[in-house]
Amino acid sequence: MPTIVDPMIQVKELNLKYGEAQALFNVTLEIPRRKATAFIGPSGCGKTTLLRCLNRLNDLIENVHISGTIRIGETYVYDPQVDVSDLRKRVGMVFQKSNPFPKSTYDNVAFGPRIFGIRNSRLDEIVERSLRAAALWDEVKDRLHESALSLSGGQQQRLCIARALAVEPEVLLMDEPCSALDPIATAKIEELLHTLKNEYTIVIVTHNMQQAARVSDYTGFFLLGELVEFDETPRIFTNPRDRRTEDYITGRFG
Amino acid sequence: MTRFWRSGEPFIWLTGGAQALSLIMVAGLILLVMANGLGFFWPSDIVGLTLTDGKMVMGQVTQRERIPQPGALPGTADRYRIQVKVGNRDLYGADFVWVEEAKIAKRQTPRDAILIERREWGNLYGVIKEVKEAGSPVAQGPQAGWLALQARVPDATHVAKEIVRIEKKEIGAINYAQEQIRLRLKKLELREITSGPEVDRLKQEMATWQAKYKDQEAALARLNQSQTASVVISAPGDKEKELPLTQVVRAYRPNTMGVLAKTGFYLAKVWEFVSDDPRESNTEGGVFPAIFGTVMMVMIMSLVVTPLGVLAAFYLREYARQGPFVSAVRIAVNNLAGVPSIVFGVFGVGFFIYFVGGTIDRTFFPEALPTPTFGTGGILWASLTLALLTVPVVIVATEEGLAAIPGGMREASLALGATKFETTWRVVLPALMPSILTGLILAMARAAGEVAPLMITGVVKLAPSLPLDGFWPFFHLERKFMHLGFHIYDVGFQSPNVDAARPMVFTTAILLLLVVLVLNLTAILIRNRMRKQYAGSAF
Repeated sequence: MPTIVDPMIQVKELNLKYGEAQALFNVTLEIPRRKATAFIGPSGCGKTTLLRCLNRLNDLIENVHISGTIRIGETYVYDPQVDVSDLRKRVGMVFQKSNPFPKSTYDNVAFGPRIFGIRNSRLDEIVERSLRAAALWDEVKDRLHESALSLSGGQQQRLCIARALAVEPEVLLMDEPCSALDPIATAKIEELLHTLKNEYTIVIVTHNMQQAARVSDYTGFFLLGELVEFDETPRIFTNPRDRRTEDYITGRFG
Repeated sequence: MTRFWRSGEPFIWLTGGAQALSLIMVAGLILLVMANGLGFFWPSDIVGLTLTDGKMVMGQVTQRERIPQPGALPGTADRYRIQVKVGNRDLYGADFVWVEEAKIAKRQTPRDAILIERREWGNLYGVIKEVKEAGSPVAQGPQAGWLALQARVPDATHVAKEIVRIEKKEIGAINYAQEQIRLRLKKLELREITSGPEVDRLKQEMATWQAKYKDQEAALARLNQSQTASVVISAPGDKEKELPLTQVVRAYRPNTMGVLAKTGFYLAKVWEFVSDDPRESNTEGGVFPAIFGTVMMVMIMSLVVTPLGVLAAFYLREYARQGPFVSAVRIAVNNLAGVPSIVFGVFGVGFFIYFVGGTIDRTFFPEALPTPTFGTGGILWASLTLALLTVPVVIVATEEGLAAIPGGMREASLALGATKFETTWRVVLPALMPSILTGLILAMARAAGEVAPLMITGVVKLAPSLPLDGFWPFFHLERKFMHLGFHIYDVGFQSPNVDAARPMVFTTAILLLLVVLVLNLTAILIRNRMRKQYAGSAF
């Protein structure tokens, strides 16, 4: 484990069960501030489950049992006193399949701010800033009030990023954001991640090891619900400590 | 051969055949109704028949049929008879006669023959003998009489309309006001106040209304006296009839009219049909109150059934813990859609009218008792009964819509910090609107066509006033109303004059189909607009 000064997210001895099936075993890790951290591993290894613990999206599923602690900033995520709505505002999320609302581009981005009571001219400002941050502004500025569903797949995914940025989160969770996109759209999003990580703490789950190597500063390798290894990305990909990590990244299984 | 079966070709033919069969049945039904209904307003020629026995018959031919000859030898020539609408019910007793074609000696279309639609007693057929003014003749003979008649009818019609207006509107308003005062007095009486300033004031008000009533009565008498013109018609069979011109709805001579004139006449009649009140126990005149009642009832039903169905569906799908109980509820809701509609009607009578309506009457309208206000059939109770009948349709459609909303959309909203309620309100509900409208369209189609439950919850043959008028509070939801579906049943099977009413059955059926079509098209247009607003392919 690398030593991380003043981590943004601290997970300690996290165990998670879906009913009887345990999905996470004793996960402990620290995620640094304003860096991109990638979770890699084969399907069903628990990386998405861990991601969805960070903004408590697992609450939607019945029969989930969690032990251990997660701290984001000063907040203990599973503290019963926590305002889930406020937590999710601070921890934004982008999903595997782009999921814009069936509304206009503008209304999609404005959705979050409106929930928190922002109106009128400040809203215009936020929409523009968020779309610029997601590198989408120039492509959609002339058709902000057309349906978001008429955008291309890559644009839709960047719209989802802009929508998440509009509520000014501290952390951005990304669940395989490029798995449904073509290489050009993927390249655009990766480029975007490079600029975003200067301001946000990014946690990205990916199946694509090259992507993890390209965009992240730190990488965690998961296998069967366990965090096998967590380290700086170059080290994971050039000199892994664990045999299983090496087997995975060299393509011996997975 | 096996290859032919395996190719699936027969199955495609089977599906096409089923489709064609349904289309033929629907088209056949519509064609039958149209063929029977659309000709009704066409002013066909008046024929004058001289029979072999010297009798004269004058009227319009309505149908021709083969005379059944049971036991006749094969090869016997077919014999036919025609039905003639001879009108003049007050002179002959019946509107229609059957004439055997073999017994017709001469058939002509006399140019002098005139048809007068009257406010009472149906059509009058004959030839003008003279036109009178205050008892003394001003024009003699068919041609001069026709000109004199045409000159006087508009004036007479105007007076007749004025009389109706005064009777219905002015006197109606006075009666309404007096009834309100009577009820207020009764209310005071129930509180044991039989004298005092308030009672005196009301009684005084009553007296002023009474005076106004006298004024209107005098005006009516003046109007009646102002019209003294009448027309004398001679009809076959040496009959004569003197008719005051205020009784004339319209007079025309179809045998002198060209195709263009007849078309204009036809359109005028169609307009009268959709815009006028019925006459002669619904066999003549228009059906406007029935159209109005049908549309208003469907609207009230929609206003009730949509929120009810949508909320119930939301609970079942979003909030209830899925399990055997919710499954049982769902099955029960689906079965409710299969319960015969008359059962809902009986429920409506028992629960809405007797229980709810009776309670309302005892609580809020004790002064009107024993005359019920809400404790009897009315448009509100009929609409609520139909809302119950159609709520399963809305629930099922909404539930299916809810199930079809991608989970990612809700997650996206929740991940932005929206609560479950905000997600429902801002994301799920807008995306659900097309499904809700689909449910509503199905519910409206069902409700507009339903008759059985209405017959016991508020539909009547002839409603004296519309449920919406100029008197406070404008919507009179307790009033009984007319309905196109019931109108069809009534004129078709309950009419004293079945032959005269039969075409009305078909024209009313066309109208009901049109009303349903228009209501549905409106909803479909709204739904498509909503869909288009957000449409677009994902990739």
